[in-house]
Amino acid sequence: MHNLSIGELGERLDKRQISSVELTRHFLARIELLNPALNALITLTATQALADATVADQRRAAGERGPLLGIPLIHKDIFCTDGVRTSCGSRMLDNFVAPYDATVVSRLKAAGVVMLGKANMDEFAMGSSNETSYYGPVKNPWDLSKVPGGSSGGSAAAVAARLAPIATGTDTGGSIRQPAALTGITGFKPTYGRVSRYGMIAFASSLDQAGVFTRSAEDAAAVLQVMAGFDPRDSTSVDAAVPDYSATLNAPLKGLKIGLLREFFDGLEPRNAALIHDALAVYKSLGAQTQEVSLPHLPLSVPTYYVVAPAECSSNLSRFDGVRFGYRCENPKDLLDLYKRSRGEGFGPEVKRRIMTGTYVLSAGYFDAYYLKAQKVRRLITDDFRAAFTKVDLVIGPTTPTPAFSIGAKIDDPVTMYLNDIYTIGANLAGLPGVSLPCGFVDDLPMGLQLVGPHFAEAKLFNAAHSYQQNTDWHTRAPRGYA
Amino acid sequence: MSLTRQDVEKIAHLARLSITDQEMPVYVTSLSSIVNFVDELSRAQIGDVVPMAHPLDGQHQRLRADEVSESDHHEKYQQNAPAVAAGLYVVPRVIE
Repeated sequence: MHNLSIGELGERLDKRQISSVELTRHFLARIELLNPALNALITLTATQALADATVADQRRAAGERGPLLGIPLIHKDIFCTDGVRTSCGSRMLDNFVAPYDATVVSRLKAAGVVMLGKANMDEFAMGSSNETSYYGPVKNPWDLSKVPGGSSGGSAAAVAARLAPIATGTDTGGSIRQPAALTGITGFKPTYGRVSRYGMIAFASSLDQAGVFTRSAEDAAAVLQVMAGFDPRDSTSVDAAVPDYSATLNAPLKGLKIGLLREFFDGLEPRNAALIHDALAVYKSLGAQTQEVSLPHLPLSVPTYYVVAPAECSSNLSRFDGVRFGYRCENPKDLLDLYKRSRGEGFGPEVKRRIMTGTYVLSAGYFDAYYLKAQKVRRLITDDFRAAFTKVDLVIGPTTPTPAFSIGAKIDDPVTMYLNDIYTIGANLAGLPGVSLPCGFVDDLPMGLQLVGPHFAEAKLFNAAHSYQQNTDWHTRAPRGYA
Repeated sequence: MSLTRQDVEKIAHLARLSITDQEMPVYVTSLSSIVNFVDELSRAQIGDVVPMAHPLDGQHQRLRADEVSESDHHEKYQQNAPAVAAGLYVVPRVIE
């Protein structure tokens, strides 16, 4: 049951070959068996899940239909879930029970999904390995000594290990695409503003975007269809119609122009490059045309990001003050002591590092040299993408420079860790949609290819991603012991 | 450039973060390496570029009609507060 697509599960639910309650029990049993080794979930909501599954079965029996009705899912613990602990992977929010649902959660709930629990993540989504979580690292199901990537590492590991067919994630600098690549699944980051950020705990507000992990692009299209759309409660939500993504999944690729990002291939490991060229051969066989394109300012994307994102984070995380919610230190001697020690003890080392980096680049005397400069380079990078999209429909490259690395290998060197996101950050700075697809193996570990499109080109990305998966089988591979 | 211990102490104070003596040397080193890394931006040829604060050009702050849209949830919200009395958040005495 856990290897079926969302469409196949829906068909079996429709024909009453299985019920949502049975499906939910099946995945809960897998979680109980497999999660202790993975640490992918940090909160389980089994009782509520079975109640929700019962309701989904009743809705279906009453004649209601819907692609997600009765399908189990796991939410990244960054999304507020009414009445359920929402920790954001932090000691700061270890005791925080969200008083309302994020829009992503309420939309999926209305469509009838069954939440099994909440996924582990890097603390406040700051990390590329899921090692900064207060709840301990997540293990990669392909090799338990390796990281699953981050920050949505728990969501990625859960879908790769077949603990649920769907997990939500967020992508501020690659936090969906990078873990999807390192765990051999499909990860989709929509255009900035396409999915509401309401109730999604903020990290860097001009970059944050919610998205989804599934095993196939077809499944991801079905989920994004429900998640996407205008929300008056998010001031940067875009008021534009959501096209029917499934309608164009199988559109012919003849004439599609795919650009190879020159800067992504400079110095790329040959085995990694070979996998991308294999994928290009598949696209050419389907009638797509390829050409090289250059984004000359892209090499500056990582330093740009590590000014902009910490600056926004230092502002967003000032709300955690030990007064209204979250952790409070013992016996504060005055208000300043309460603020400082609640934050010093409640936040982990990487979060404190980013808050301080952000405070520094925004402080008097450094604002122009760092923050303003980074905002200017951000525009140059965005203009590079815009120019490329006048020549090609989509661009292609690797998602990550290497396969999953060992737990502990990079955690003590922040700059080395930051460079993991070298291929994913550009899309966030420019607000573009992107998808990572499994495209082969290096050292027996999965690798991902990345497609990035212009703003609101989600349908085109799903079409290109699905076509690739119809002609390859990398996305069907399961880690040993989890098939 | 390298940050000194005094620099980091000042930043930590501005950010309202207590940093222990044990943690301090680690932050001095790692924040210095991050600042060195982002200094790469100073080499970029930029010229007259308008700073970009938001990825979607042409989007403006939406306004809505000035109508009450929320009811009072303070009891529910204050269940998450560390200390509450009579519907008020309790903090150490500020005024003597």
